[in-house]
Amino acid sequence: MYSKKIVIRYTPEIVQQPVIHLLAQKHNLVFNILKARIFPRREGVIVLELSGEKEDFDRGIRFLKEMGLQVEALSKSVFQNNEKCVHCGACTGFCPTGALSFEIQTQKVLFDPEKCNGCELCVSACPVRAMEINLL
Amino acid sequence: MKKFKVQKTFQEINEKIKKGRAVVVTAEEMIDVVERHGDVEAARRVDVVTTGTFGAMCSSGAFLNFGHTAPRIRASRVWLNDVPAYGGIAAVDCYLGATEVVEGDPQNSVYPGEFNYGGGHVIEDLVSGNVVKLRAEGYGTDCYPSRKFEKNITISDLRDAFLFNPRNAYQNYNCAVNLSDTTIYTYMGILRPRMANVSYSTSGQLSPLFNDPYYRTIGIGTRIFLGGAQGFVAWPGTQHNPNAMRSANGVPKEGAGTLAVIGNLKEMSPEWLTGASILGYGVSLFVGIGIPIPILDEDMARFTAVKDEDICAQVYDYSMDYPKGNPKPVAEVNYRDLRSGTVMIQDKKVIAAPLSSYYKAHQIAELLKGWIEGGKFFLGEPQQNLPSGPFA
Repeated sequence: MYSKKIVIRYTPEIVQQPVIHLLAQKHNLVFNILKARIFPRREGVIVLELSGEKEDFDRGIRFLKEMGLQVEALSKSVFQNNEKCVHCGACTGFCPTGALSFEIQTQKVLFDPEKCNGCELCVSACPVRAMEINLL
Repeated sequence: MKKFKVQKTFQEINEKIKKGRAVVVTAEEMIDVVERHGDVEAARRVDVVTTGTFGAMCSSGAFLNFGHTAPRIRASRVWLNDVPAYGGIAAVDCYLGATEVVEGDPQNSVYPGEFNYGGGHVIEDLVSGNVVKLRAEGYGTDCYPSRKFEKNITISDLRDAFLFNPRNAYQNYNCAVNLSDTTIYTYMGILRPRMANVSYSTSGQLSPLFNDPYYRTIGIGTRIFLGGAQGFVAWPGTQHNPNAMRSANGVPKEGAGTLAVIGNLKEMSPEWLTGASILGYGVSLFVGIGIPIPILDEDMARFTAVKDEDICAQVYDYSMDYPKGNPKPVAEVNYRDLRSGTVMIQDKKVIAAPLSSYYKAHQIAELLKGWIEGGKFFLGEPQQNLPSGPFA
């Protein structure tokens, strides 16, 4: 079983098509929608956790790309700015997935992008705006 | 007068620092020293314990003098990067407060406001060496004819700049919860409904005033680490309250002592003075403070060995009780439990998160230790003690 969180960005032409339905049906994948947005010019972004056999997963990603969608790992869109972070840990009280946590030895705030689901709760909880999530 | 087995003076310890022979440990390390050797032996071995704290501290700000202009201006109104500073001091003196919000900010009219820029951020920009737009207006007098002045400056263009924070380093502070049904936005951060989270703000066992609970060694004239430079305790801070509830170990169980601190802004750095934006509340300034505590006798050894589990704080409801102004505590908790990430309050497991950086507090205590060991920092003996409570 292979599982990964991905970000799909789509253009206005595709917004009417049942892309996620086709992806699941054709490629035998299980999806969990973490976020879906349509912007004023009808372009949009979807954050999915996609699970299945590795082969099916790879074929599914190829299918999305052939449809003209932009696909990348969610971990590439989420970022802890270490120049800004003061390691107060305010974010740790809001992160629902444990992606943000204290390193016990140093009490430094660590960010594990693989665990992040892109909810963005940390962005507004951070007093120095150290969390950068680019789901636009 | 209590008879001590170990007695040292500030002068003796400063002599040792000068010779490079002073034994300095952090407040964390002191816990082990006292556990292993007892307080009397620890007092013989250790000369100075260093502490640290790094948190958003409202009641901070800087006095700035931008030098006389030609022609001269009596600046009644002053802005730095469009953040108003108080000009009613003298011709070219002003005070820039950390919580002043930039002019034109929507504040909470778009709720919850983001408060992206304010006095704390200007202070961070200044100590970063960034260009800041200075703007001043006066009404014109015979001696100060100019009515308007505008210039892009950096901190080195200011004639004088010193940080003067009227209330910092709070000895203990409330923990905040929200018992209502909707999310609220407070200076203690975002509080989710039905007590889904509790927020606290302290460096606990590393915090300066927890390690000298009766202010026996910290007073007016104590030399401190402030914002990365050497500063001083100037006065008891505003709202200083030595008569707070205390535990058997002498440590206050609620907000108690505070410090007014002062230091040269030109020597400080953004690593230890950082602007803060608190959603739905406003702007503030993260301030780094470290205070060395001389181990004058075994009592000071025992005080500086205080542990998170022996420090308690009161939990308040920030949705109703606190804003109404007559709060009753919801519960009492200790800092070891808070720091574990979850704490039991009224039989509910509540997620706990801090607003103050223990990591940076630890760095400050280590830095200060290095300065003292290296003979770069000497103890300042208080010229006058702070008001204190009865010694238990």
